[in-house]
Amino acid sequence: MPVFHKTKVLTDVPMHYCPGCTHGVVHRLVAECLEELGVAGKTIGVAPVGCAVFAYNYFNLDMAEAAHGRAPAMATGIKRVRPECVVFAYQGDGDLASIGAAETVHAAARGENITVIFINNGIYGMTGGQMAPTTLIGAKATTCPYGRDPKVNGYPVRVSEMLAQLDGPSYIARVSTHNARAVLDAKKHIRRAFEKQIEGKGFALVEVLTGCPTNWAMSPVDALKYVEEQVIPYYPLGVYKDTDKEVR
Amino acid sequence: MARQLMKGNEAIAEAAIRAGCRAFFGYPITPQNEIPEYMAAHMAENGGVFVQAESEVAAINMVYGAAAAGFRAMTSSSSPGISLKQEGISYIAASDLPCVIVNIMRAGPGLGGIQSAQGDYFQAVKGGGHGDYKLLVFAPASIQEAVDLMFVAFDKADQYRMPAMILGDGMIGQMMEPVELPPAVDLQSLPEKPWCLRGWDGQGERRIVSSLRIQPEDLEPYLNEQMKKWERIKEDEARAEEYRAEDAEILLTAYGTPARICKSAVEILRAEGIKAGLIRPITLFPFPDRAFRYHAARPEVKGFVSVELSTGQMIEDVRLAVDGKKPVSFFGRCGGAVMSEDEIVAFVKGGAF
Ligand SMILES: Cc1ncc(C[n+]2csc(CCOP(=O)(O)OP(=O)(O)O)c2C)c(N)n1
Ligand code: SF4
Repeated sequence: MPVFHKTKVLTDVPMHYCPGCTHGVVHRLVAECLEELGVAGKTIGVAPVGCAVFAYNYFNLDMAEAAHGRAPAMATGIKRVRPECVVFAYQGDGDLASIGAAETVHAAARGENITVIFINNGIYGMTGGQMAPTTLIGAKATTCPYGRDPKVNGYPVRVSEMLAQLDGPSYIARVSTHNARAVLDAKKHIRRAFEKQIEGKGFALVEVLTGCPTNWAMSPVDALKYVEEQVIPYYPLGVYKDTDKEVR
Repeated sequence: MARQLMKGNEAIAEAAIRAGCRAFFGYPITPQNEIPEYMAAHMAENGGVFVQAESEVAAINMVYGAAAAGFRAMTSSSSPGISLKQEGISYIAASDLPCVIVNIMRAGPGLGGIQSAQGDYFQAVKGGGHGDYKLLVFAPASIQEAVDLMFVAFDKADQYRMPAMILGDGMIGQMMEPVELPPAVDLQSLPEKPWCLRGWDGQGERRIVSSLRIQPEDLEPYLNEQMKKWERIKEDEARAEEYRAEDAEILLTAYGTPARICKSAVEILRAEGIKAGLIRPITLFPFPDRAFRYHAARPEVKGFVSVELSTGQMIEDVRLAVDGKKPVSFFGRCGGAVMSEDEIVAFVKGGAF
């Protein structure tokens, strides 16, 4: 009979995430992949500024905590001097697609041999629910209290589609966490994104659609339903780039 | 060791490599471009890495990463670019990481001009980024000194686990002088960095590089320890050169290339019977207070003149060190203009105080 073991790549520290937040789920997927690939002992993770700022307390790894948006640059510095290590950045959408957009695009364009886990929850969680670059048209946030209006706030950024245009990345995929099947699928892609780095193929990013029940003012169940019904239609799931395969 | 004629920026880059720098990240800006260009050509052959970053912001954060991984890492830029690095410098300092930042200053504010200036003194010495932190700041007045200070900067940054800055005016970067390059340091001989990120094999404690101390109970004691460290640094690391200061009645003070112009002014003044001398700070943090206190206490000293390529920045530290014991006046050119020795002489003779 299969027995469930918690991965050793997560610590036993209780996570500070809100009930129903899927940050914790994604942490576990990343940790399990590193354990299964047998590379945890040579992995260095870079935490963002955002709700995952304390990720260094949860990943049982050598960890760094970057400035807001700068994780890809910090990861670049680490990876260049320690190419034998597996280096990943874990970032939210404000961190990666707004303040850190330049660092993201150029790490991707350089084909920097790192893995980026990108949590797209369409909101600034940590600072209390302000609009993110990924907030859907019409969705409310504290800085677009009447709903995101493209005339005032512009349009959401589709990061995976955008980065897939570049020659640098080896792998770009968008996955979700709205149900068990989606989570299992997300893990496959996260694993692939780490394999790409281990194989020396260059920049790999997995965009993970997650909910933020707290700042969306929804129950955890409703938040996941919202991801399925509203978010995925705007941000379709799939592999946007894979240098080993024809995609789309 | 053979002397060779080298441009300042190239000599600085070669000295950094010899001092053990194995990671350079930069973004082009005049008048320091020869540093990244030299690194691009020579880092790889020395087993190091070079990345032209997408911005100064990215460059300093790449330094942050390489320093966290335990390597001697460096970036260089000039004034507007150094402004962009300030966030990263604050994070690096707060993470107790060593690195070296070279600022070949140009005239500001704003886009300013590309000629030599010293308008970034406050930014370098008083902390251009947010929060309570300090940099070790070295101010070379010749290319030879820039070369020698690169070694000191890397060593002291490692020793105190804090960033060090080489603050040179544009002339230091652009002029050519004969230099003697010291031999390369043996990387194996450098002290180990047990704190550095390298992947945790389960032995001992895993390593975390972070500047986050969210509880006042953590951050305040940390900063109190930092204050003690800065006091030790003030005690042990201040450096200054004195030139004909022993019997001087008028003491010029300047750092970087204006100090060389001051030396010529001292000679002219002495030839005209005025006992002038010079105190040249080599470290700006720690500021060499002791030299100023010593001379301020000598009864024959009439006063000090701070000579700067700015509207008057270092003069504030000179005043603090002199502590009201003697008058301190200011003579400066700015905006990229440079004073002549005759202008300094005329200022002194015209009654500096
Ligand atoms: C330079 C800077 N600007 C702003 C902030 C404030 N800040 C902290 S987290 C954050 C946004 C986080 O949102 P996101 O990246 O989407 O992550 P989430 O919290 O939703 O996981 C902001 C704006 C900061 N720490 N530093
Ligand atoms: S604020 Fe949102 S993203 Fe942050 S922990 Fe809570 S639910 Fe998760």
